[in-house]
This record gives sequence, C-alpha cells and structure tokens, in this order.
Amino acid sequence: MSSVNLSNITKKFGDFTAVKELDLIINEGEFFTFLGPSGCGKTTTLRIIAGFYYPSKGKVKFNDRDMTTVSPEKRNTGMVFQNYALFPHMTVFENVAFGLKVRKTKKPEIKRRVEDVLEKVYLKQFIDRQVSQLSGGQQQRVALARALVIEPDILLLDEPLSNLDARLRDEMRNEILRLQREYGITTVYVTHDQVEALSMSDRIAVFNAGKCQQIGSPTEIYNQPVNDFVAEFIGETNLFDVELESDEPEKLRFFNSSLDTNIYVDNTPKQIAACQENDQLRMSIRPEAIDVKKTVSENENTIQGKVKMVQFTGEAVHTFIELNENITLKATDLNRGPSTYLNEGEEVYVRLPSEQIRIVPKVKR
Amino acid sequence: MNAEKRKTILLLIPIVIVLTGYVLYPSFETMLESFRQEGIFTFQNYIDFFGPKAHANLEALWNSVYISVLSVLFSALIGVPLAFIFNRYDFPGRSFFSGVAIMPIVLPSLVGVMAFMFLYGEAGLVPNMIKDLFGLEEVPFTLGGVSGILLVHAYTMYPYFYMTVSSALNNVDSSLEEAAANLGSNRLGVFWKVTFPLLTPALVAASLLVFMVSMASFSAPFLLAGGYRVLSLQIYFSKINGNLEMAATQSVILSVVSISFLLFMRWFQNRKDYRMGTKGLGAHRSEVSHPLIKWTMVTIGIIAMIILLLPHATLAILSLVPEGSWTWQTYPTAFNLENFRLLFEDPNIWDPVRNSLFMAFVACLGCFIFGMITSYALVKRKFIGKNLLDILVMIPWALPATVVGMNLILAFNQPSPFSFGKVLVGTYWILPLAYFVRFIPLVVRSTNAVLEQMDDSIEEAAQNLGAKWLYTFRRVVLPIIMPGVLSGTLLAFVQAVGEFPTSVLLYTIDNRPISIEIMNQLRMFNLGQAAAYGMIQVGLIAIVMFVSYKFFGVKSENTL
Repeated sequence: MSSVNLSNITKKFGDFTAVKELDLIINEGEFFTFLGPSGCGKTTTLRIIAGFYYPSKGKVKFNDRDMTTVSPEKRNTGMVFQNYALFPHMTVFENVAFGLKVRKTKKPEIKRRVEDVLEKVYLKQFIDRQVSQLSGGQQQRVALARALVIEPDILLLDEPLSNLDARLRDEMRNEILRLQREYGITTVYVTHDQVEALSMSDRIAVFNAGKCQQIGSPTEIYNQPVNDFVAEFIGETNLFDVELESDEPEKLRFFNSSLDTNIYVDNTPKQIAACQENDQLRMSIRPEAIDVKKTVSENENTIQGKVKMVQFTGEAVHTFIELNENITLKATDLNRGPSTYLNEGEEVYVRLPSEQIRIVPKVKR
Repeated sequence: MNAEKRKTILLLIPIVIVLTGYVLYPSFETMLESFRQEGIFTFQNYIDFFGPKAHANLEALWNSVYISVLSVLFSALIGVPLAFIFNRYDFPGRSFFSGVAIMPIVLPSLVGVMAFMFLYGEAGLVPNMIKDLFGLEEVPFTLGGVSGILLVHAYTMYPYFYMTVSSALNNVDSSLEEAAANLGSNRLGVFWKVTFPLLTPALVAASLLVFMVSMASFSAPFLLAGGYRVLSLQIYFSKINGNLEMAATQSVILSVVSISFLLFMRWFQNRKDYRMGTKGLGAHRSEVSHPLIKWTMVTIGIIAMIILLLPHATLAILSLVPEGSWTWQTYPTAFNLENFRLLFEDPNIWDPVRNSLFMAFVACLGCFIFGMITSYALVKRKFIGKNLLDILVMIPWALPATVVGMNLILAFNQPSPFSFGKVLVGTYWILPLAYFVRFIPLVVRSTNAVLEQMDDSIEEAAQNLGAKWLYTFRRVVLPIIMPGVLSGTLLAFVQAVGEFPTSVLLYTIDNRPISIEIMNQLRMFNLGQAAAYGMIQVGLIAIVMFVSYKFFGVKSENTL
C-alpha cells in the first residue's frame, strides 16, 4: 500500500497542455476519484501515475520513493482499462495469472492465488473459459481480478464501468467498493459520471481543461463548490449572475438585474465561496433546495413564476418554473403522490432559502 | 521516454538497413545506370527512349497503358455484376458458385497463361473441337496477341473487382437502402443514389490495383504477345540483348508509373470518405422466387463455373499425357501418371520442385521475421519519417516484378556492402533474395491489419502487470498477431512458388525453379510435363490456401 504524491505536474503533448501544474496527495488506503468531462486531463493524470506517460514537469512519488521516470512494469500498480484490455488469446486463468507469472511466483502459489481472487469476484466456475465467451460484466470482473491478484500498491481504474449497461453498472459499483475495502488498496478511479464519483469516493478531484478545480469529500464538492464549473458539473443546479449590493456581518444582499430582485444570503463560509476582488459572481441553488408554494408568502428571496413543464421520473418530480423570459428555474421534489403535482401554466411562488444558496466566482476563460 | 525511444531505434536499425540495402540501393543503382552510357553521365538513354530513334519503346509504353486500361474495363465488367448477383440474390448453389468465382487466383500467372494456350491457342483444344464438331475447314479462332493478353488478364484479374466489391457490398448497411426506399426512392434510384456511391471507393481501389497488376504483367505477354510490345517485356528483351542501360531506363520509366500509382492509391485510401457511421447489419439477400429467373441464374452459374474451371481441368488432364505421345495429333491419345512418376525418379525433373520449395521457404522465413518487426514498428511505434518508411516498405509491391529483378541485377552484379562484398548475380542466393524483397509487403500488409485491430491498452496492461517489453511481445503481441503474420507469409509462399518474372531474369542452372522448368518444357513442346509442373504449383497453392483458411481463419479475400 502506498500514498501517491503528485507535485507540480504538467504534461504537454506538442503544444497542447493536457495537465497543468497539478498538486495532489492521495492517502494510503483512500478511494480517490478524478472526475471531469472528457479531455479534462483526468486520464492523462492516471496514466502518469501508471507510468505510461512521464510528466513534462513535476514529480511523482509513491510514499517517499520518486517514481517520476520509473517504467510502468516496475511500479507495481494494478490498472483496469476502460476496454478491460484482456488478453484475447488466454483463458480467464491465464489472464489473471499473467502478472504472477511475470513475478516468477511458484506454480501452486499462482493456482491458489488466482482461485482465491476469482472466488472473490464470483468467477471461480469460469476459470477455464476463454475471455471472449464472457459477458461484459464478467470480463470486467476478470480485469479487476487480474489487477488485484498481484497485490498492487495502487489500484488504477480508468472509467471501468462506462461500457456496462445501467443496471450492471450499479451492481459493479458496489462490487468494486467492496473489493477495495476488503483489500484496503489505495485506489485511483477515473470517471466522468458524477453519481459514481459521489457514491464511491472518499475524496474527489474535479478536473476541467487540464486544471484541477477542487479537491474534497463528496459532500464538500456537492454542497460547497468553489466555482460555477464545479457547481454545474456536479449534480444539477440553477445558476445566475448576481452582484454584491451590501456587505453586512449577518447577511449579504445580492442583486440580479434580469429579475430585478434582491437576494439575501447568509454570510458564512458554507454559503460564500472564496472570491477575488474583481471576480464575477454567480449564485447556485440546487433544484431540491427550492421551495415552491401556490400561495404568496412574505419570506425573503421569494419570486413569482409560472409553471412551464412538469417532468415525472418516478421517484422525483421536476418542475420547470419560468421567472421571466430569460430565467427558468428547475425545482425537484420527491414524488409524494398526484395531489402534489403542479399543473402547467399555474402561477406559483418560489422561495430560495438563504441558507441553501451558494455564491461562487465565475471561472475565467 | 528515453527507454521507449531506445527500443524504437533498436527496432528501426535492422529495418532501415534491410530496406536501404535491398530496396532503395538497387533502385538507386538502376537510376544511375539509366543515366550512363559507356561510363559517361548522359541523358542519352531517355532521349533514345522518347526520341524517334527507337520507336519501339514509346510504342511499348503506350501498349502497356492501352492493355491496362482495357484490362480494368473487362475485369470490372465481369467482376462487378458477379459480385452483385452472388451477394444480393439467393438461389440454389449460390455459395458454391461464389466459391468457384475466386478460383482463378489459385493459378500462378504463368500456369494460367499456359492453360489458356492449351485451350484456345493455335493448336488449342477448344477451337479444334469446334472445327471438328461443325466440320469447318479451319479453326474458327485462335488466341494470341492483344486479344489473348486481354482475355487472360480479364480471367485472372476480375477477382480483384469481385472480392473488393463483394466485401464493400457486405459492408453496406442495409438500413441505408431501406431508409432511401422509405423516403420514396424507387429501386433504381436507391441503387444510383445510395448503393453505387458507397461502392465507389471499392471500385476505384480495384481499378487502381488491376491497372498496376496489368502494367506489371509479364507472363501473358511473354507467351502470347507475338510481335506485340509491352514495356515489362521490353525490359526483359533489353537485358537479354545485353543492353543494360536501356533496360535500366525502361525500368525507371515503368517504376515512375507504378510508384505514382502507389502514391495515388495511398492518398485515395487515406482520404476521408464516407465511412459507415453504423455497423453493417449484414447483407440481406433477396431470394429469387420466380422459377424462370431462378433457373436461368443457376444455368448461368453452371456455365460460368465450367468456363472458370476449364483451365484447371485442362491442366489436370494434360499433366497425364506422357512425353512424346502427343505430337501431330489434334487430341492427346495416351494418359498415364508417367510425368508424376518421373518427378520422384528423375532428379533432373525433381530438382526444380525442390529448388522452388527451398527458395520460397527461405524467402518466406525472412519475410515472416522482417515483416513482423517492420509492421510492429510501423503500427505501434512513433517516430519521425514513419510515412516515408511506410512508402518504402510498399515499393516492392508496387514495382513490377521485372523491375525488381532488374534492380537486383544492377545492384548486385558488382560487390557491395549489402552482399558482403560478393557478386550475387549468377549465384544461388540472388533468387531467394528477390523473392524476399518482392513479398515483404504482403506480410507487412496482413500483419498491419491485425495489429491495427489490437488496442494499445493490451500491451499497456501487460506492462502494467510487470512484464518487460520482450516478454510482452513474445507472450501477448505475437500470439495475437500470429494469424495475420502467417496468412501473409503463406500468401508470400504461394506467390514465391509461382513467381516467374524475377525468376526468368535471375535464375541459374543450380537454382532454376518450377516456373523456369515449365518454360523449358514448353520450348521443347513437352506439354505434358509442363502441365504436370503446373499441377504441382496449383496443388501447393491449394493446400496452403486450405490450411490457412481452416487453421487460421484466413479468408481468401483478405489475401489481396
């Protein structure tokens, strides 16, 4: 088991900068996720840890050992590839045994450990199958077993679930988590799926355009995004531009020119992200935090609107409320029966609770 | 990064040495020779070529182009409709007929031409049979000259069209045609507006291929041309007459034509064209239900089959005609296994077979190893000048065999570092070398195809699990690409066994291969023995193709 320490990592491909000045520490035994849209540099960073790329600048350390230019086969990492990269000409056993054979493990020992790990991924009965005869989920398990059996210092997972259908994905999510806890391996997981990231990780690093935007626990990332990119990328949110009007110790007053309304926000670090003097500000409020009423109330941050569309997803009901021609809010409620659904065209009052709003700076482009 | 670069360079060194020594340097020597007359640098050879002094050369060039254009036309006229009928309609015996349709490719060019001569030539069986059947005074037709060359070309080259168009047709997503029909287009409209445009890449590729192959064609003009001149043959005559400078000039001109076609083809294939956005759902064949049409089709299929297999059958029958028993008679009279018996008893007759097998084996071993390494470097390694190397590798494929032969003669008729300071021309080893050079591209191409299919992550996975490069290559890469390497090598073997043009330029008494012996037997009018040799070649080819199909799943259309 190892910790991973990336300091000031930059990776360039020709003129294109894939990763820029990244500092990151992944603790021992941690489940750490790189999350971001495609082309954001998350896979590049993973491959730098695996050794397939050497950084143009910066250092990679496992514990205190400098691994920056150590070749991949000497790093003792176990990687699960997006397409699994199973050796097509080998059986399940041979695939899993490959890493052990390379390590010159004794034959009976290989047999024992391969059987062990296949038992853990519930594939013992398929041990002599050709990998092409397995289903997608089973191939995924073989890939996992192959990476785990060598008892790697670090387990690297590159979008491992992206080729599976939704139901299987849920199942494998729990499976991977169970195995990771069981083996207690430091794990780096790359995904663009925020549900995966939020539900599995100890900590998440959110990437965009080669830069790491925020590192934090899933709740931190979701509840206290540092900028509008993170707020928008993780979960759903309603975002609009605001300007700071008055600066009081208890509550800050913001103004939205399009709605011509004041918005009051609690002046705590939970509500207000760190900003620079000349940052453009935006407010973010999650759909589930919005309070929709049919009758007018005198509470602060209450705005009148009209229901545009009601979307029923089963467990939840999304209501799209038009505040004016430019701004439409999305509000989400758990499904509490037909009597609570709003009708399209209905006049409603939305309240944006001051303790639920997050003020973030706009990312400079 | 540096370790990776070191590996790449280590891989590239042998590749570059071999390609420089045996492809680039010989071509360069030929070029030099073409600018020399009696040891002085001059353009005189080119002036002679294009000038009025030797009209024959320019005429030969035009004839080559003329024959090639017509060959493309006739091959397309046979190959494309056949591809349509066999891939779009279902009728009794369809799959059998479609298997027969590619039979011409098992005939090595010289053997094919020979069979055509037996069948339709001056003393051919078919014209004589017609004469006797209808009681005519003279034979109604004989095959020779331009018409003969064209007929042989059409017969041997239409499979290029047939195969490329068939595979293109099978890749056309049938839902595209259904979509056009659904939008209101009639059957003809669907064909012209949807199917045909999707086939153009295949048609162009096949046309270029046939054009190049028939520009290079040697055996057909060699045996059938009579007084008709084509460029590939002119090179041979210049060499025989000892005019190496003119042979070099002719080679350079033919090379220029061929290499520009190679470059054009590369450009065409790399051009962004409309690839299928979706995976093909498999071809749909409409079943022919109308009995009249159905049985007409079957009849056509049977007639086509007979015509296609007649050369094979003739060879088989004539190979049973013993020496000296078919001289003045119209038809052979005696049949026995004498020719095949002699093969095992008379060392003079067995020698060429042994030579062919041994030389083809050595050349293919070289192609196997060299092709594998080259293909790996080309597909999986990054380096500067890759495109150039790629072109260099394909040059022996584009160059007509006659030119390859001439290049080697001009490079190795003097000591050179690449022949370890020895003169190779006139020795045993010049022929295996020629086969090796000529068939490198076959192995590289077929290996490229499988290597491109292999995702980079497979190698990375092995590396990640702790395997060093050599171990990964041996245990992971090699087993995966082996079918591709082997199918290329087997094809190279097949072609090396049948190779005629380079053999005729480079053979010696010690290493004369089967093809040369066929030519000798024909000259001695010992048709039976010639046919027997032909049968041996066909048999070898059939065995190799069967083995590669059965054990490596190699489909014959991948072998082009």
